[in-house]
Amino acid sequence: MTPALIRAEQVKKHFPVTKGLLFMRTVGYVKAVDGISFEINQGETFGLVGESGCGKTTTSRLLLRLETPTSGCILLNGKNIFELKRQELQAYRTTVQAVFQDPWSSLNPRQRVHDIIAEPLIVNTTLSRAEIDKRVTEVLEQVGLRPDAAVRFPHEFSGGQRQRIALASALASYPKLIVLDEPVSALDVSIRAQIMNLLKRLQQQYQVSYLLVAHNLATVRYMAHQTAVMYLGQIVEHAATEALYSNPLHPYTKALFSAALPAHPDVQREEIVLPGEVPSPIDPPSGCRFHPRCPFAKPECSEVEPVLREVAPEHKVACHLYA
Amino acid sequence: MKTSHSVLSTHHYCMSDVILDVKDLHTYIFSRWGVVRAVDGVSFSLRMGETLGIVGESGCGKTMTSLSLLRLIPKPAARIVKGEIWLDGENLLEKREKEMRQVRGRKIAMVLQDPQTSLNPVFTIGNQLIEAIRIHYREASRALLRRAEQALRLVRVAAPAERLHNYPHQLSGGMKQRVVGAIAISCAPKVLIADEPTTALDVTIQLQYLKLLKEIQAETNMAMIFITHDFGIVARICDQIAVMYAGRIVERGPVREVFNHPSHPYTQALLASVPKMEERVEWLASIEGQPPMLHDLPSGCRFAPRCSYADERCYRAYPPSFAVGKEHLADCWRLEQV
Repeated sequence: MTPALIRAEQVKKHFPVTKGLLFMRTVGYVKAVDGISFEINQGETFGLVGESGCGKTTTSRLLLRLETPTSGCILLNGKNIFELKRQELQAYRTTVQAVFQDPWSSLNPRQRVHDIIAEPLIVNTTLSRAEIDKRVTEVLEQVGLRPDAAVRFPHEFSGGQRQRIALASALASYPKLIVLDEPVSALDVSIRAQIMNLLKRLQQQYQVSYLLVAHNLATVRYMAHQTAVMYLGQIVEHAATEALYSNPLHPYTKALFSAALPAHPDVQREEIVLPGEVPSPIDPPSGCRFHPRCPFAKPECSEVEPVLREVAPEHKVACHLYA
Repeated sequence: MKTSHSVLSTHHYCMSDVILDVKDLHTYIFSRWGVVRAVDGVSFSLRMGETLGIVGESGCGKTMTSLSLLRLIPKPAARIVKGEIWLDGENLLEKREKEMRQVRGRKIAMVLQDPQTSLNPVFTIGNQLIEAIRIHYREASRALLRRAEQALRLVRVAAPAERLHNYPHQLSGGMKQRVVGAIAISCAPKVLIADEPTTALDVTIQLQYLKLLKEIQAETNMAMIFITHDFGIVARICDQIAVMYAGRIVERGPVREVFNHPSHPYTQALLASVPKMEERVEWLASIEGQPPMLHDLPSGCRFAPRCSYADERCYRAYPPSFAVGKEHLADCWRLEQV
């Protein structure tokens, strides 16, 4: 088995909700991420799925060190990333890169493509100018753009090409992990497959790991090796993608998967329509957070919080039904 | 029902229940870069109680098509230069602006993509519902209030009487989209256009909403046009599908027909490039290149530069529609010999 590249242990992120301006007091916490643990292996894709507000994006921001956790730690090669010193931090920033959802707002319109791609190298490495130029040409070719793209501005490119530029910039510093936050959902249908295939090919060539945050379940199935399902800040189910999609166990996973519409009219699927909406993460339900919407809820579900437990090899579920 | 307008010879619809018949619609935008041919010869028809899904990429003209049906295209830049839109026996393009106000909402209504921006944040939802109803029903305010309440009940909003006094920010995303839906169907339109109504919603809420629309359709027998880029939605709720590419419908027909026998290379490639929930594939087939700019269209078939079957005939002239099955048409030269 491949060794784990990065490991999150019981990570929590609570955002305070405050009232008043002068005498500000905390009236509660938004429990965006509430005690999640996972590992990402070298050269693999870890998919994180869930509805909006479930904490997927906060998790990815924690991994990028854009947020500090309330408790818990994230280890890269055994080192806690929140205790890194200046030099180590620079090294970390080259190791972990990101590609965001919207290539119209993630690229600086006043910078040339060359400067966008070179920026992580200028900031975090000591490469000479000639070496940087060489690297820029190299990554442009890797993402399927012509070298003369370097002197142009982002507005001269289409959405798919811009996402390629964002990817080139992420790849430039030889990262080990790229955080992909909804990398294709802003793109057109016919362009999505191009970018997804490119991401997969680059992974095979350079053994880079991906954290894939997406709400489209079919995208995650196509890209990810491991998949975790989040609900209200917690991981409710975690397994190898194949195992999870062929045999979802948690009632929420089942409902989520059944709500995803099959792409062919002849495919019939049992549809579980969940009542109500996702409760507020400020005051999540007691016990199992899913129990008010769960069709199989038992009395104990509202009292005891279920723990993530291995019910089959490499298949973990947090649900009292499988205790 | 007017029968003076004969439908295209290639399809034979039972005329009695055709509610909407669009013929050879051309909507151009006259910009400083030239003429953008956003809708360039679109024809389709729709029967009562039927749902049509219009699929296509952004910039293919699907939203301009729906705005043309409501005559809400951005003026003066955009103009409907040619075509006919027959709704319930009347040609909408011959109507004056004042007459159109009686048509919108009452006969044809629309649900927009983003409920956050389509509701006014400074008015209560009751206000906004009544504003739409008052155009068509000149009644006492108490009667209008009752109608508003009734509309909210129709979209299954709990405690509708109290909700009327809420502001949009007090409602969740799914609830807001229901309110937008309630405004659209408050005057019982014959045709409802939904322009990507669920892209801003989560999957579980999306399923709730789609089921709701189908239930309302079963109750009221209205026709629906769904504008989307999601084949899943089309497969789930539509009866007919029209695939648009660069301002034209390249293939249309009954949903099952088109999914099982996609005949236009673009439809085939698009269906193959969508990842599936049901099976794992190692590599997806992808369509290389990008859709053409609408102000600089290639001559002949617009898909030819990206098509793996294209030959010189494709670059010379745009293909006519060929029938490939019952009510199933596709615009591709390869179908000529069939």
